[in-house]
Amino acid sequence: MIPMQRTVIFGATSAIAQEVARQLVVRGGALYCIGRNSAKLDALLADLRVRAGSGQVIGGEEADLNDLTRHESLLLSAEKALGGLDALLVAQGSLSDQKSCEVSPDLTVREFNTNALSAISILTLAANKMEAQKAGVLAAISSVAGDRGRQSNYVYGAAKGALTIFMEGLRNRLTKVGVSVVTIKPGFVDTPMTASFDKNGVLWSNPEIIARGIVIAMEKGSGEVYLPGFWRFIMLVIRHIPSRMFNKMSL
Amino acid sequence: MIPLSWNRWPRVDHRKIISVNDRSVPLPFCEGSLLAHGNGRSYGDVCLNEAGNLLMTRGLNRFMVFDRTTGRLQCESGVLLKEILDLVVPQGWFLPVTPGTRFVTVGGAIANDVHGKNHHSAGTFGHYVCSLELLRSDGQRLLCGQEENKQWFAATVGGLGLTGLITWAELQLMPISNAFMWVQPRRFSSLSEFWAINEEAEQRWPYTVAWIDCLSGTKDNVRGILSGGAHAPAQAELPCFKEKSRHMPLTPPLSLVNSLSLRAFNAFYYHQPIKSGITLDHFVPYFYPLDGLLDWNRVYGRRGFFQYQCVLPLESSRDGISKLLRRIGASGQGSFLAVLKTFGSKPSAGMLSFPREGATLALDFPNLGEATHRLFQELDAVVRDAGGALYPAKDARMPSDLFRAGYPLWERFSTFVDPGFSSSFWRRVNS
Repeated sequence: MIPMQRTVIFGATSAIAQEVARQLVVRGGALYCIGRNSAKLDALLADLRVRAGSGQVIGGEEADLNDLTRHESLLLSAEKALGGLDALLVAQGSLSDQKSCEVSPDLTVREFNTNALSAISILTLAANKMEAQKAGVLAAISSVAGDRGRQSNYVYGAAKGALTIFMEGLRNRLTKVGVSVVTIKPGFVDTPMTASFDKNGVLWSNPEIIARGIVIAMEKGSGEVYLPGFWRFIMLVIRHIPSRMFNKMSL
Repeated sequence: MIPLSWNRWPRVDHRKIISVNDRSVPLPFCEGSLLAHGNGRSYGDVCLNEAGNLLMTRGLNRFMVFDRTTGRLQCESGVLLKEILDLVVPQGWFLPVTPGTRFVTVGGAIANDVHGKNHHSAGTFGHYVCSLELLRSDGQRLLCGQEENKQWFAATVGGLGLTGLITWAELQLMPISNAFMWVQPRRFSSLSEFWAINEEAEQRWPYTVAWIDCLSGTKDNVRGILSGGAHAPAQAELPCFKEKSRHMPLTPPLSLVNSLSLRAFNAFYYHQPIKSGITLDHFVPYFYPLDGLLDWNRVYGRRGFFQYQCVLPLESSRDGISKLLRRIGASGQGSFLAVLKTFGSKPSAGMLSFPREGATLALDFPNLGEATHRLFQELDAVVRDAGGALYPAKDARMPSDLFRAGYPLWERFSTFVDPGFSSSFWRRVNS
């Protein structure tokens, strides 16, 4: 078990991150939450303060994480507010509109920026910090969509795939110094991000269940986790469909 | 998943299902009317909006402020009562009024002005709402309470979600010493015995409720168990409690509730061993016996079920309740245990609130189609004669004249209805 007393969450107002924050608070953790929307961030911080015990630090600030130049100062203010850093969770993301991306290279690059580059930038900075202190947990929410490019969402999938591979490399580098790098790969989750989806079927999960899995994975320092776990098998099958067959399917 | 109400009937199509998770933004603009849908624990069509849009409010699940010294809690409207209890019970606070399930949202509890076993001593949920924010389809945000926008407050409490979207509310909680209840059950074997011991129990206990076996007789020999309860004071020793809940794994093709299973269950329940005197019970099984079987509504099969809950005014309640029970007994239809409770004289806070001084009877009936509807028409006639009312939160079929007779302020209420909001229920009782 890795103690995660002081955690910073990037993209904290996402439905999944909000549940992670709540679960960390009731375990006694100190939290620093960063989100883009100030009203949502204030609402989240108020909620966490109601749940927190007296003396438990709950802080945060507003930031657009697509502005990569701010990442360094955000990390510094989090560390300062918390008095150190044990864990970091990168949770920002946007579910790209594939059809619009196909006709707009600009949008495609922007989506790549939100889902991959902003996360990679934060992780790069944090990795050096954790490497120096020889302890800590770096976690990021990737996606099962990053396991194989599919016609329905390969822009989002490619960005998440890049993030997954980046973290794999980071893990390879940092495991020896005692830093865990945790890649979270959720399947379908019923959140505002997927509001326009038809949620019929047994594959859908809710943010509380995913958040529980994330907290456990971060505490254990697991490498890559699929949430819920059955996605490991689904993706195993999907990854192994031969290309000739795969290209005829409309996934 | 198509949104259903708790009795799984009717099944209607909506234009759009919209998740709401940010209380600071305006209502979504879309074609057709809007209606908030919390956790889907009301029955019938009061939380449905056929061909219109549903605002799913469970994403509004944040606490805002909790003052541990005064017991004032401000939270968003999609917070479940269970989430409130989980937060406040260990800190010595409790909901001053709670319905029979913890899985309702704060917004739903306000919109239906729910009541509990302590109506005679505490009134309804609405009495403990200090203020709320109402978001209207024209973008206005109205702060409503006992002081400000009083008329809007009275329309919104018990207003069935028709006055706009409740985004948050401030509640006054009640102090408790611990999570346990003093409980005293007592058997009775006739209605007249019930009325006698109920009166005495209401003097002694803040909480009272009676379970009755509605198939036990056709005359006055209705049997049942009346239980009184109170929050336990400081105790030297408290029993341990570990909550266990089970899922109903599937929906059987046919209802498991039939006259044979009913008779067996009710007899079993009535004859269960009752400890003499007063016992200590945790608040969860005391208030929420049905929350232990999650999805118990599936027991009734794919055709779902109906709940019939009425209130009869004080003067006609004795006569009316025995007439209702006679009709139900003769029909052979009925539920696992009916609930009988008397309401106190405290006037409700809302224009359309259901509770009023008198007696309320609630029963579940499997949906047998025509036969069930024929029985309901007979029961309606008794309620009408007695000057009573049916509970919109539990209704899927009351005729419009019965609604209007039971809710004389409905016309005034309709001036507060948001032009952008509607529900299947509202259109039905106004057609």
